[in-house]
Amino acid sequence: MKVGLFIPCYVDAFFPEIGIATLELLERLGVKVSYPLDQTCCGQPMANSGCHEDAAPVERLFVKNFAKFDHVVTPSGSCAHHVRERAKLHRKTFELTEFLHDVLEVREFPWAKFPHKVGLHVSCAGLRGLGLGSTSEIAGPAFSKPLALLSKVKGVQIVKPARPDECCGFGGTFSVTEEPVSARMGCDKVNDHLAAGAEYIVTPDPSCMMHQKGCAERLGLKLKFIHIAQVLNGARP
Amino acid sequence: MKRVDHAEASSVFLKSKSHAEFHDKRLWDLRQKRDREAHAIPEWEELRNLASAIKEHTLSHLADYLEQFERNAIANGMQVHWARDAAEHNQIVFDLLEKNGVRVLVKSKSMLTDECEMRPFLEARGIEIVETDLGERIQQLDDEPPSHIVVPAVHKLRADVAEVFSRTIGTEKKRSDVPYLAESQRQHTRPYYLKAGAGMTGANFAVAESGSFVVCTNEGNADLSANLPALHIASIGIEKLIPRLADLGVFVRMLSRSALGSPITQMTSHFRAPRPGSEIHIVLVDNGRSERLGMEGFWPSLKCIRCGACMNTCPVYRRSGGLSYGATYSGPIGVIVDPAFNLRKYSALPFASTLNGSCTRVCPVKIDIHDQIYRWRKVIAERNQLPMVKKEAMRMAGKVLSSPKLYRMAVKAAQAGLDYLPRSMIYNPLNAWGKQREVPKAPKQSFRDWYVKNR
Amino acid sequence: MTSRVDILTRVRRNQPAAVALPEVPLFDAVVHDFKFNLERMGGEFATSIDVRKKFPQAKVIVSTVPEVEGNRTLPDDPRQLEDVDVGVVRARFGVAETGSVWLSEREFGVNALGFLPQHLVVLLDPKAIEPNLHHAYRHPAFREARYAVLMSGPSATADIEGILVRGAQGIRSLTVVAC
Repeated sequence: MKVGLFIPCYVDAFFPEIGIATLELLERLGVKVSYPLDQTCCGQPMANSGCHEDAAPVERLFVKNFAKFDHVVTPSGSCAHHVRERAKLHRKTFELTEFLHDVLEVREFPWAKFPHKVGLHVSCAGLRGLGLGSTSEIAGPAFSKPLALLSKVKGVQIVKPARPDECCGFGGTFSVTEEPVSARMGCDKVNDHLAAGAEYIVTPDPSCMMHQKGCAERLGLKLKFIHIAQVLNGARP
Repeated sequence: MKRVDHAEASSVFLKSKSHAEFHDKRLWDLRQKRDREAHAIPEWEELRNLASAIKEHTLSHLADYLEQFERNAIANGMQVHWARDAAEHNQIVFDLLEKNGVRVLVKSKSMLTDECEMRPFLEARGIEIVETDLGERIQQLDDEPPSHIVVPAVHKLRADVAEVFSRTIGTEKKRSDVPYLAESQRQHTRPYYLKAGAGMTGANFAVAESGSFVVCTNEGNADLSANLPALHIASIGIEKLIPRLADLGVFVRMLSRSALGSPITQMTSHFRAPRPGSEIHIVLVDNGRSERLGMEGFWPSLKCIRCGACMNTCPVYRRSGGLSYGATYSGPIGVIVDPAFNLRKYSALPFASTLNGSCTRVCPVKIDIHDQIYRWRKVIAERNQLPMVKKEAMRMAGKVLSSPKLYRMAVKAAQAGLDYLPRSMIYNPLNAWGKQREVPKAPKQSFRDWYVKNR
Repeated sequence: MTSRVDILTRVRRNQPAAVALPEVPLFDAVVHDFKFNLERMGGEFATSIDVRKKFPQAKVIVSTVPEVEGNRTLPDDPRQLEDVDVGVVRARFGVAETGSVWLSEREFGVNALGFLPQHLVVLLDPKAIEPNLHHAYRHPAFREARYAVLMSGPSATADIEGILVRGAQGIRSLTVVAC
C-alpha cells in the first residue's frame, strides 16, 4: 500500500510540525509514505467561495500529483472532505484519524504519553462531512474515531465542553468576511473548553486549531493547542 | 438594489453583550429541547424520511394536488383565489375586505403575509391591522420586522418589550415582568377580536384529500381570529400542500417538536368548511415558488414546514440575529431561499455560513440546506455577484495555487512578511483576521523544506 | 390568462421528476400516558368535577353537557361569550401521545366557546382516547367537521425571553375530566 501524503498549504507554511508528526507516525506504523513535492492545495478555498473555475486548475494539479497512489492521507478533515466528497478528486482519500482507525485499525500507541486534561475538537467537515463521529442532532450510539484513538494514549484525561459539536467558526474565508461572528464563535468555543477544565485543545483539524488558537491568545487564556498527529506520535510538550 | 451586508449588521448585533448572550442561550436551549423530544421518539429518523418523501412526492405532482385541493375546498363551501405574486395577493385581500366593509382586521402569524408586505399595503388603504401573536405584535408596535419565524421577538429582552408597550399600549414604563407584559397584550388585543370585521391566518398545511387546511398556534390567537368575525381569509403558499389527512400524523408530530421541543402546539386547528353564516376565502400564493420548483438542486427548499429548527441550531444565526439577514426568511432556510427572490440583494447571505451542516441534520423534512448553500455560492460567483475584493482574491489564489513554483514563492514571501513586519502593520483594520485573533507566527522552515532536507 | 391557469401551467412545467408517495405506518409500539402528557402541556386532569367549587369566582358558566348545569344558554353570536368565566364541553376523543382533546363545532355549539371563556372544562370518555396522532388522523371525524381543534392544554406563549406564560390569549386553564 503506497500512501501519498497531502499536507494542506497553510500547514506546509505555518504548522510544519503537524506534517512532520503525521509522516513520522505513519512511518512508525509501517506505512510507505511519499510526499509529492509539487503539491500545493486541494482547491477548497476557491471552491467554497463558489469560484469553481479558479479551483479547477488547482484540483487538476492535485489529481496529477496523487493519481498514482492507492491511498491519500491528510491531517485535515476539511481538506479530506473536499477531495473525497465535494470535488471527488481521489476516491481513497482519508483524513488521518479515519485512516488510522478504519484502514490500519490501529488501537495502541505505546510510545505516546500525554498526561494532560484534553478538550477534543473535531471539525464539522470531519464530523458531519466525513462521519468521523456521531453528533448531537441525531440519536444513536455515540462514537468518535479520533476519540477512540486519543483515549488510548497514556495519561490523557478527556474533558467535555458544554457544546461538544458546535462549530468553532473558522469556516474558511468566513473567518475573514464574517469576522465579527467568526471571532465570537471562536471565543465561545475556547471559553467552553476552558470552563470544562481543558489544558490542551487537541484536534485533527489545523484550520480550526489556527482559528481557536488565535482567539485564545488574543483573550489571554491559559490554553495550549496541539494537533492529534503530534499527540499520537508521542509529543512530550 | 443594495446588497444586504450581514457581517456589518452582525457586528452591530454583537455590540450589546447582554442581548447577544441571551439570544444565543435562548435559541440553543430550544435546540436542546428539540433534541430531547426527537431522541425520545425511536422512529424519529424514519419520520424524517417519510416527511421528506411525502413532500417530494407532493412537489413532483403539485399541479394535480393543487387542483384536488381547490376542488375539495370549493365543494366544502370555501372560496379559492389564486395570486401570482405579492401584489396580486395584497389586492385580492384588500378587495375582499372592501367588499365586506371591513375596517379592522385581526391576524395570526403568517410569514407569507410578511413576505408579501401586506400590512403596509392594507394600512395605506385605511385598514387597521392587529397582529395577535404576541411576538408579532411586539414587532408590529416597534415597527420592526419579525426576527425569527417562530419566536418573532426573540432578540428582545423584557426591558425592550416594556419600553415598546409603554410607548404604544400604555403599560407602566417601569414594569417589565413577563406575565404583566403578556397579560397587558391579552387585555389590549381582546376587544379587537370582538370588533374585527375579518380574521386572517396563514396555514401550516393544506390537505388535498379533504380540501382542508391546518393552523398551529400556542396562543389560540388563530382560533379567535377565525371564529369571531364572519370573514376568514387564509393565505397559503402553494408549497404547503400535502396529499392526505394521514400525512398530518407525520407533520404534526414533527413540527412543534422541531420548533420548540414540545410534542404539539397548544392549539392545532383544522378548517374544512365555513361556519353557517360566515365565509372562508383561501388565497393560494405563488410569488416565485413555481419558479423555484424548476430550479435543479434548489427546489427541495420548498419542502420547508417553517419549524425554525435550522435557525435554532445555526451558530451564525444565534450570534447575528434574524434581522441581520435583511429578509423575511433568515437563518439557514433564508440563506437558500432569499437569493431566489433577489440574487444581488441577498448575494452575501450564502457566505454567512461556515457550512457546518448542523441545519441539515435537524431539518424534519431533510432539506440538504448546507449543500444548497454551497451550490448557491457557485451560482453567485458565476453570475458575477461576488464582491470585487473576494473575486480578485480567489482569482489570484487560483493562479498561485495551480503553479507549484508560484506557490513555493508565496510561502517564502509569507514567512518573510510575518517575520519582519512590525505588529502595527499586521494588525490593522484591513487585516480582518487580526481584529479579534492573533495571527499565526511564521516558522523557520516549511514542511516541504523539512521533507527535502530529512527524507 | 387567469392567475390560476398561469400558476398551474408554470407548476406543471417545472415539476421535478416523480417521487413515490410512501405509506404512513401507525407507529403504535410505544404506549403513551394521556394524563402525563396533558399535564406536561399545562392541562389539568381529574376524574370528577364540581365546577362551582373549582371556580368559586366564576359568575358566568356556559355548559353544553348534561352533567354540568350552566347559568347562561349558548348564544348564537360568538361575541356574547366574551364575559364567560367557564365553558364546559365534551370532547369527541382524546390523543394519549400529546395529551390532546378533539373538539369541533358539534361539541362547542359555538366554536368561540373554546377560546373566549377564561377557563375550559372538557369531559372525555377514557375509552375514547387514541394512542397517538397517526391513529387520530385516521378518525372519520376529520372528514365531517367544518372546524376541529386538537387542544393540548391552555393557551400559552414563551415569546418574551422564553418565559412560559399560560393563558396567553385563549383559555387560561384547561381541565380534562375523564368520565
